[in-house]
Amino acid sequence: MRYQLIGVNHKSAPLEVRERLAIPESRLPDTCRDLTAHPGIEEGVIISTCNRVEVITHTANGAADLRGFLHEHFHLTAQDLDAHLYEFREKDAVRHVFRVASSLDSMVVGEAQILGQVKEAYATARAVGAVRGQLDQLFTRAFAVAKRVRSETAVGSSSVSIASVAVELAKKIFGTLQGKNVFIVGAGKMSELAARHLMAHGCGSIFVANRTYERAIGLAHKFNGQAIKFDDLYDNCDRADIVITSTGAPHAIFRREHGEQFLARRKNRPMFFIDIAVPRDVAPEMAKLDGIFAYDIDDLQQAVSSHVADRGKEAELAEAIIASEVENFKARFEARLHTLDVVPTIVSLQDHLETIRQTEIERVRGRMGPLTREQEMAVEALTRGIINKVMHTPITTLKTAARESEATTVIDVVRRLFNLHDKEKGPASQANREPSDDDLIDQA
Amino acid sequence: MALLWLRFALACYFIGLIYAFFALTRTSDLFSRIALHAASLGMVFHFVSLVELFLSGHVVWASVHNGESLLAFFSMTFFMIIYAVYQTTSPGVVVFPIVFFLTFVAAVDQQPVLLTAFVQHKGWLIAHIILIFTGYAALVLSFGASLLYLLQERRLKAKKPSSLISFLPALEVIDQIGYRSLLLGFPFMTLGLITGSVVAMSTYGYVDFKDPKILLSILMWAVYMIMVVTRWNSGWRGRRAAVLATCAFVAAIVAWAANYFSTIHRVAAS
Repeated sequence: MRYQLIGVNHKSAPLEVRERLAIPESRLPDTCRDLTAHPGIEEGVIISTCNRVEVITHTANGAADLRGFLHEHFHLTAQDLDAHLYEFREKDAVRHVFRVASSLDSMVVGEAQILGQVKEAYATARAVGAVRGQLDQLFTRAFAVAKRVRSETAVGSSSVSIASVAVELAKKIFGTLQGKNVFIVGAGKMSELAARHLMAHGCGSIFVANRTYERAIGLAHKFNGQAIKFDDLYDNCDRADIVITSTGAPHAIFRREHGEQFLARRKNRPMFFIDIAVPRDVAPEMAKLDGIFAYDIDDLQQAVSSHVADRGKEAELAEAIIASEVENFKARFEARLHTLDVVPTIVSLQDHLETIRQTEIERVRGRMGPLTREQEMAVEALTRGIINKVMHTPITTLKTAARESEATTVIDVVRRLFNLHDKEKGPASQANREPSDDDLIDQA
Repeated sequence: MALLWLRFALACYFIGLIYAFFALTRTSDLFSRIALHAASLGMVFHFVSLVELFLSGHVVWASVHNGESLLAFFSMTFFMIIYAVYQTTSPGVVVFPIVFFLTFVAAVDQQPVLLTAFVQHKGWLIAHIILIFTGYAALVLSFGASLLYLLQERRLKAKKPSSLISFLPALEVIDQIGYRSLLLGFPFMTLGLITGSVVAMSTYGYVDFKDPKILLSILMWAVYMIMVVTRWNSGWRGRRAAVLATCAFVAAIVAWAANYFSTIHRVAAS
């Protein structure tokens, strides 16, 4: 298992660092291509969410310079970055990917969104050809593990989402949410979820602004709200008491002067900004204004930390599932390695017997003269049947042996019995055969 | 006897005082209920004390100690009204210590301090005192609310959910308590000053605007008015509102202390 993983998350790095590493969705395919072009990296997936940026790779020798890739790509020095990085290899990398997909490493443990984000990252990498056999297997398994964790533990149930934390904080500011207006800036899924929670707690009107006006209309329609053109954002923002912002803007879109304008127009009535964008949409200077309460992703994490503790037991259960799944994955991986030795032998055996069959048919044909079509078919079926029956036991034995330690011995015996030593190196066909998981499944 | 009842009330308010300190560090529903009941009982004793004083015929409305006792009682009344409306005891953090202090001062000394001048129009005087003290009580509440607002604002800005001060109600609720107290107190204060002028006119035939008591009272009223106007017009909250409320409160205390320096509102030991 030459898996290597490097990254930062909400625990290892402050928002300021994560902001510098965040990769916009539009640039992710190119970054994946750059990654696989980096020396020693065979396959790569990049997960970039507001809480984490992770590079998951399969490497040629298990020791690719992933730090070097990050330094180069983000133009950061080791001093800037290295203290915040974590790195996992082999089994530990597998465990980490399983934990991330299962939402055990999330800011809000058990939240469902991360799985979707990992799937998207995988799909993006796959689309640009950065994922082939090894990461394919890892991620496919990770999705299955996430599903198992969700169905077998209560980690995902009564999930303390960012949304419900936002509602709690809004209540600390406004008391009741009845009649409070909500403004969604940037029509993302997370803001939609937060808005839904707020509306469920009695919030009044909803406004939506998005760079793509049509998306704003679409989301506003869902809440029976009002779409606002992005250019009119600053003229309308003060109409809302709660602003949920999650644009992909590279710089803060709400600055101090905007906050001052809003407060002046609102006669200093407080405003609550839920800033779930990375990089942040609300400038820290604006958040200092009296009457502006801005919570970014990290602040929300602090707010949820107490809730996370409540789910400790379920998380323990989930960790146990992950541990067993990591072992399974490792076992399957090793079995697959043995299969790589077994498959050429099987292919050689098949080729060897097929050659004998063809030769014998030709010999019979020469002696008996031309055969009718029916006779040809009967001979074909008869000889094939014999060969399949002869091959059945050795192939089954080889496949079973692939899972056990005596694989090498069995391969050796079969090769000797059928005199496959020379043939194995020869035919091109066997080198091109791609072993599949089916090779592993025993015939019982 | 009136003094005895007042001392009983003081004992009850003492529990409220302990609650005030306790609530700064942790939240306890049980303790806040105990404090509330103790405060209610204290108010009953306090009320009995005031009624007995009145019925005994010994009441001297213009005495400093009776005034303090009355102000404490009004402040508690405001506190209870706020509790009835908002179901929160948190203003007690500010109100209880002030009420305890006022009641303590009123309860330790039996000898009231009297106005030196003879007052002819007792009705106006009583109206003046009740109105002014109601205004003072509202100011105390408003001051308390603005401090609590600052605390809650800091807490929300600090973004630490497990902060020590977790008993506070929502920011807007505190704001409403402060604003409503302010609005309610202002007319009382204004009318109180007007009736005071009437009493002064009827007693001395003039109002001496150079007198420290009058000057400070006008200053306090001016700050009070600025608070109402800024709040009304620009919705001043938080730090600025707290600064103004503190100024008004300090002005009120200084105006009260000016009783000892005033020539027309002068008090002296009987």
